[in-house]
Amino acid sequence: MKNESFLWTATKTGLLGGAIAVFLCLIGMVEIFTKRFVIEDVLTLGQFILLATSAVAGYIAPRQISTTNEQNKPINRLVAGAIAGLCTGLLLTIFVLIGNKIDIRAVFLNASPALYDILTLQKGISNAWVLTALGAVTGLIGAAFLLLPSTVQRPIYRGLLVLVFMALFSGVFRVVMVSQGGEWERTAKYLFGQTGMTTNGTIIFVGITILWTLLWSAKGESVKANYSRVPKTGKISIRVVLFALLAFAALGLPRVSGPFIAQVIVIISLYILMGLGLNITLGFAGLLDLGFVAFYAVGAYTVGLLTSYGEFGLQHIPFWVSVPIAVLVATLFGAFLGLPVLGVRGDYLAIATLGFGEIVRLLAGSDFLAPFFGGPRGIIGIQKPCVGFLEPFLKVDVPRICNGIELGQPQDIYYIAVASALLVAFVAWRLRESRLGRAWMAIREDEDVAEALGVNLIQTKLLAYMLGAAFAGLGGAIFTVLIGSIFASSMQLIISINVVALIIVGGMGSIPGVIVGAVVLIGLPELLREVSEFRYLLYGLTLIVMMLAKPEGLWPSQAAKRELHHSAADAD
Amino acid sequence: MIVLGTYFTIRNGKYTGEQWTDFVIFGVAQGSIYALIALGYTMVYGILRMINFAHGDIFMTGAFGGYFVAYWLNGTGFIDANPFFGLVIPILFAMLVSASIAMLVERIAYRPLRDAPRLVPLISAFGASFFLEYAFRGFFGPGKYAYPPIQALTGDWIILGVKILKVQVVVAVAAFIMMAALYFVVMYTKAGKAMRAVSENKDTAALMGIDVNRVIVSTFALGAAMAGAAGVLFALVYRQVDFFMGFTPGVKAFTAAVLGGIGNIPGAMVGGLVLGIFESIGPSLFLEGLGIPRAYQLKDAIAYTMLVMILLFRPQGILGERLSKQKA
Repeated sequence: MKNESFLWTATKTGLLGGAIAVFLCLIGMVEIFTKRFVIEDVLTLGQFILLATSAVAGYIAPRQISTTNEQNKPINRLVAGAIAGLCTGLLLTIFVLIGNKIDIRAVFLNASPALYDILTLQKGISNAWVLTALGAVTGLIGAAFLLLPSTVQRPIYRGLLVLVFMALFSGVFRVVMVSQGGEWERTAKYLFGQTGMTTNGTIIFVGITILWTLLWSAKGESVKANYSRVPKTGKISIRVVLFALLAFAALGLPRVSGPFIAQVIVIISLYILMGLGLNITLGFAGLLDLGFVAFYAVGAYTVGLLTSYGEFGLQHIPFWVSVPIAVLVATLFGAFLGLPVLGVRGDYLAIATLGFGEIVRLLAGSDFLAPFFGGPRGIIGIQKPCVGFLEPFLKVDVPRICNGIELGQPQDIYYIAVASALLVAFVAWRLRESRLGRAWMAIREDEDVAEALGVNLIQTKLLAYMLGAAFAGLGGAIFTVLIGSIFASSMQLIISINVVALIIVGGMGSIPGVIVGAVVLIGLPELLREVSEFRYLLYGLTLIVMMLAKPEGLWPSQAAKRELHHSAADAD
Repeated sequence: MIVLGTYFTIRNGKYTGEQWTDFVIFGVAQGSIYALIALGYTMVYGILRMINFAHGDIFMTGAFGGYFVAYWLNGTGFIDANPFFGLVIPILFAMLVSASIAMLVERIAYRPLRDAPRLVPLISAFGASFFLEYAFRGFFGPGKYAYPPIQALTGDWIILGVKILKVQVVVAVAAFIMMAALYFVVMYTKAGKAMRAVSENKDTAALMGIDVNRVIVSTFALGAAMAGAAGVLFALVYRQVDFFMGFTPGVKAFTAAVLGGIGNIPGAMVGGLVLGIFESIGPSLFLEGLGIPRAYQLKDAIAYTMLVMILLFRPQGILGERLSKQKA
């Protein structure tokens, strides 16, 4: 009886792994990833993810058994792992055999001959059973990994992580390094292939990681102890040096990295701006706003209308003057939208704001208001920011000439965006510690109690909406000059959802959390443009997995941590 | 302003009575689809107090499931021979597909988070929504699939002297049958009773010997089955199926659910119809009179304006009363 459940658990895990592997095949991931290498000419990303599923199945299966059963003997674990891996491989084999008999391509586009070639390693259908064997072997390896002592496990694990990370981002590193020319270019070509790493690069990076992990596990404790013995002034000066280095790197980065990286960082900064804004409304005051993009749109349109040299430009004033106006208008708009929803709570608030956001987008993009906002044609010809003297406006569709430095490229906008993000982070941080910040948090915890304690609900809530809107408006203003045009169709609900998601993933109410969330949810997908086919698939998966594994966020605030530990007890 | 717009439109007399009837009938057909989807939102919200944001995509999965069966049946000439079964079989299959996917989503993305703070399952639902959309994009590609037409349903019938497109009649009738069936299940079967009990109070229901988990799963499955059927009906009206088709109807159906009073099953039906009709006649009736060009572009804006108005002035919805006293 016991033996049966042992077999069954392993089989179940394996079949689940197999189902995932078949799923990856059917959505086309395996085929597309096969065009990319992890290690050049050795291992493709497609092969890697398939091997990884069976290895993970082999790794997980024995663990599940050992919790349900007491069969912890190494041989049992190995057998369980092998069975799980075998089942994973078996499912893939069956998939190949079925696909060869029946043409399922009419339904699943990706079940193509090319896919079967990949799965059978180009050797034809007779080779299908090799998949099963390969699954069993990787499953066994997965299980064997579990048996290793943790001192050996950790370096291997980290080495693998670094390998995958470097392989995924190798394109980015390579482009940046090659653009420097000379020695840099040669190093890049030595370490990175066209896609993925070279064998040499793999050995170097994985080797360094393994060595580092081993060294740290041996000496890490004493380093920490030494650091804690450094006097306080010394610690401060270490931090100052680190900070100066970081600032120096931040200043120089766009010059070195080229427009692509700069643009990615600008976009991250914009989401940080919006994230910090919504963090006030949602994170501090607990008001869920799903129409946040409206404020962003207001900021963008204000700058657009005030500075554009196109047909919809109204004032032709410099960017620097238009930004404070945009922020002001967004703030007023925050009050305007905030006023009617003051009494609305919880989910209803989320839906009402979602409605507002959509109305703003639909109106801005409609022919009804086209004489003012350009309708579906949008506003184009937005004047780039200019440091120096701007020649007067002559006529429509002719940009004003900038006597000085024109900040036209993403590398230039970078400085505006990063500086604004830093400024806003500072403001948000000071706000949180202020009387107002405490009032917001009181409202978040319990509106009625807060009111009883003398918090002016109307004023406090309105301020939350207004300040949140102000930050988003600033984001919109910068976005406008980055792109140089505005289209209502880009003000989609998905932007609001992205902002909410990055706050939750980062850690609600936490300012560093917003930054981490923006980098992870916005930055990484932007950098991984090459796998853009699966960008939103992975994005969705990340959201689910994050919520399952770490609902308090990657960098939670202290209060949220405490809250989540209690919430299970008093959840209603 | 609405009154003014209506007045001017009617005075202009640009539209004949027949056209208005067309608008209303199209609104009923559209609205009954919204109502079917809205049922899933409302039932899940009633039980878990959670906005199942992925529900619109469940609707999409049903449309795909139905499409492939219909395509296959069409290829064998079955649909032309048996138009009734040619309609019903894809719907049944779509219901099956949607229900299974919804149960999977519930198991993986929602159940472990049932006791977490409320934003956590919402984010997970966003994730599930993206995942479903783009998994289906991976399966079937980004293109639009044309749903095979049912010959017997082209053209129109004349009912009480009014010419009506056959498809619209069939869609509305099918939707009403589904809704009636659902209403029967919820009100008069043991499983339905269990559902209502769980939505009143989970803990008490558990004490009465109800398997809460099972009830929640069956609620998801039932709501999803309705959405799947709606997917096929939607595909019949608009003739196309693609991976992103669930988004807008999803948001609209949610609006309908709120409109009728969320958590309230008859409310969702009424809300759907009201929304469908308003959306259909609204642009011409309210806006054109005010001299707004191409008012149909603002069709969605009317839906959202209704949503906001309802939330501000009657948050319990048209039929809802139960939630009004509670903290939403």
